[in-house]
Amino acid sequence: MIAFLINRLFQAAIVMFVISLLSFSIQDNLGDPLRELIGQSVSEADRMELREELGLNDSFLTQYFRFAGKAIQGDLGTSYFFKEPALEVILKKLPATLELVFGATVLIIVISIPVGVYSAINPSSLFSKVAMGISIIGISVPVFLTAIISIYIFSVELGWLPSFGRGVTEHVFGTWETGFFNVDGLLHLLLPCLSLASIMLPLFIRLIRAEMMEVLQSEYIKFAWAKGLSPRRIWFMHALKNTMLPVITVGGVQIGTMVAYTILTETVFQWPGMGFLFLEAVNRVDTPLIVAYLIVVGAIFVITNTIVDLIYGLVNPTVKLVGEK
Amino acid sequence: MNKLTPVLTGGAIAIGLILSANAATLKMAYDADPVSLDPHEQLSGGTLQLSHMVFDPLIRWTQELGFEGRLAESWQRIDENTVRFNLRKGVKFHSGNPMTAADVLWTYNRLKNSPDFKGIFEQFKKLNVIDDHTFELVTKGHYPLVLHTATYIFPMDAQFYTGTDEQGEPKDKLVKHAGTYASTHVSGTGAYRVSSREQGVKVVFNRSSTYWDTTSKGNVDKIILTPIKEAPTRVAALLSGDVDFITPVPPNDHKRIKASDKVDLITLPGTRIITFQMNQQRKVEFKDVRVRQAIVHAINNEGIVLKIMKGFATAAAQQGPIGYAGFKANLKPRYDLKKAKALMKEAGLEKGFSVTMMAPNNRYVNDEKIAQAVVSMLAKINIKVNLKTMPKAQYWPEFDKRSADLMMIGWHADTEDSANFSEFLTTCPNKNTGAGQYNSGNYCNPKVDALVKASATETNPAKRAAMLQEVEQILYEDAAFIPLHWQNLAWAARKGVNIAAVINVQNFPYLSDLVIDEK
Repeated sequence: MIAFLINRLFQAAIVMFVISLLSFSIQDNLGDPLRELIGQSVSEADRMELREELGLNDSFLTQYFRFAGKAIQGDLGTSYFFKEPALEVILKKLPATLELVFGATVLIIVISIPVGVYSAINPSSLFSKVAMGISIIGISVPVFLTAIISIYIFSVELGWLPSFGRGVTEHVFGTWETGFFNVDGLLHLLLPCLSLASIMLPLFIRLIRAEMMEVLQSEYIKFAWAKGLSPRRIWFMHALKNTMLPVITVGGVQIGTMVAYTILTETVFQWPGMGFLFLEAVNRVDTPLIVAYLIVVGAIFVITNTIVDLIYGLVNPTVKLVGEK
Repeated sequence: MNKLTPVLTGGAIAIGLILSANAATLKMAYDADPVSLDPHEQLSGGTLQLSHMVFDPLIRWTQELGFEGRLAESWQRIDENTVRFNLRKGVKFHSGNPMTAADVLWTYNRLKNSPDFKGIFEQFKKLNVIDDHTFELVTKGHYPLVLHTATYIFPMDAQFYTGTDEQGEPKDKLVKHAGTYASTHVSGTGAYRVSSREQGVKVVFNRSSTYWDTTSKGNVDKIILTPIKEAPTRVAALLSGDVDFITPVPPNDHKRIKASDKVDLITLPGTRIITFQMNQQRKVEFKDVRVRQAIVHAINNEGIVLKIMKGFATAAAQQGPIGYAGFKANLKPRYDLKKAKALMKEAGLEKGFSVTMMAPNNRYVNDEKIAQAVVSMLAKINIKVNLKTMPKAQYWPEFDKRSADLMMIGWHADTEDSANFSEFLTTCPNKNTGAGQYNSGNYCNPKVDALVKASATETNPAKRAAMLQEVEQILYEDAAFIPLHWQNLAWAARKGVNIAAVINVQNFPYLSDLVIDEK
């Protein structure tokens, strides 16, 4: 276990290094950060002065080493737009995004497991067919379209739900403010979470259904039937547990992907999270913020995958973690 | 006496009720929130919109493009280089400090050192303080735009911004890329105080109880500004009643907003011109005036306004819009395909040639679609265009490199004056003086340069207008650039929010004067 973690940490360090190098090397192609900092009629001489001040005239390697030297001490640079340390800006926005991903994850778990299991057990029922049909549509409609359509239906036409933002938030600790503890905050969460979940939900329903159907055909389930166990015990104790193994693996990867999908959802809903922040940073060529974002998201991917591997070992004791004897 | 007391109390309560009933909250959504609370950090629409809420200018524009005194009560020209201003008395900053000519001087000096604003104040030599409420602006030569420029002077609280902050940095430090005291703290004379601000999320303003303009009918005592970047979401927020007032409004949504009985749409002809420049240095064919004329004649800019802009723009044939000194009414859009073909033939280029074109895809309204339309229009006179569009962040470095034969550029004159267009777009490029900084066409006509230069020192408005009109005429005859249109501006608000009275073509609504009807 310890050896596994150390191994993972080492991998993470390499991943972070590669990400920082990549994001640093693309920044020259993102555009000129000065354009967003100054007015249109500022003279060339003043531009050059500011460029020099920002260190943009140095060679790639000089800039990279300056960045890396600071990054090791936890300083990922200062955002041009927010004028605050980039890492701080991102961490301030992180709770909003995590809440969105958490809300969507809860929706996915609560909906996909029952629906998937039911349609595996009763594949020919009407409900299963309808669920499969809807899931096909869900998979093929892009998330921003789902988001805009749901805004028009639920906010503009019906007037039930708010159209943008986080609403009232309550302070929890540090910079963490949450919308989970009051009605207004929850109402604001509903549409963005649904839109975000809409991409992954069909995938999980189908995955759980397919896995469950396969497990139900296996020898040990047949043996369980022969032994005369109750259907409930067979379905939920024996079959479901083995169904969940691949689902957890995929789920771990997908949660990371979902953080990336928040870029679209957050932009449409003006959700003040990391994804929206990133898109804005790209538009404004806020390079320190872009680099910091990529590194933070890389870290999230590495962490979720590590946790998934750990859970995997817990759910199925036969799985050996790398490094374990 | 005893009989009177209840009456008085009742009266006081009634007055109190009327006041509280009148006080309204405005929830508004722009596409972006101000980048900084420092009014001198960045010269942009957002900064000026903020300045008009938290500060007051010496003079402001009226809807008819006239001048109206704000902190300056009156002014008179002393001699050709000097204008004397009399300041309003009894005005206090949010900090409680009184506003005097010393604050104006302090602000003027800071403007002169701001990279973004110093260009506008280039022609000014100094500011003389006469007494607490009188000062003079002295220009280097005869300068006709003293009042135009005074609309950029929003007196700051000198005492408040003097000294050092907790980090030991001067409070008035002006840095674009690092947090400064002035970028997060503010003290102005304006109607609104910033009560909370989370950048990119929301800004809350409260009406100042000490605001000097007690004649203002404005009854908005709280403003919540939320930036909503995505246009469809912004429109949805208005239609669903989550916000009261939005701008900008995308042309595609005008029909729906007009159809709604809950909201009003207000549009004004804007002052930002959209053009293409033809690079004569890269493409030798563009040196021939007949080719340039053929191109301008081949482009149906009225069609672009109708089909792509959905009527939400004004087709242009010159740089400055109507109302500007140089505007010449006889210059009309000149789409004429037959003539265009004839001109190409005359130039010996009826077989056409190939050019490259670049345009941004997220800077101007429908910029990419406009570029595509121009490509198909030029195909009709056998000019093959290789178009590349890109986000503005990547576009501007390409523009600086002059990377294509045809490049799109939009321009709004910071001075609200015709000469500004020429100074940046159509005078001979000169690296040393900074003239023609955005003239990617390299169009160069000494006559235009001479007229623009002369107009900068001509204080007689009629003579000056004649010069600037001649410039427009020459540019028209030379087909110096491809004029497309002036973008219109649009605002939308819930019915009862009387924005029509407070908006203007400069797009800084005077929200302190906004009246919201009771529901």
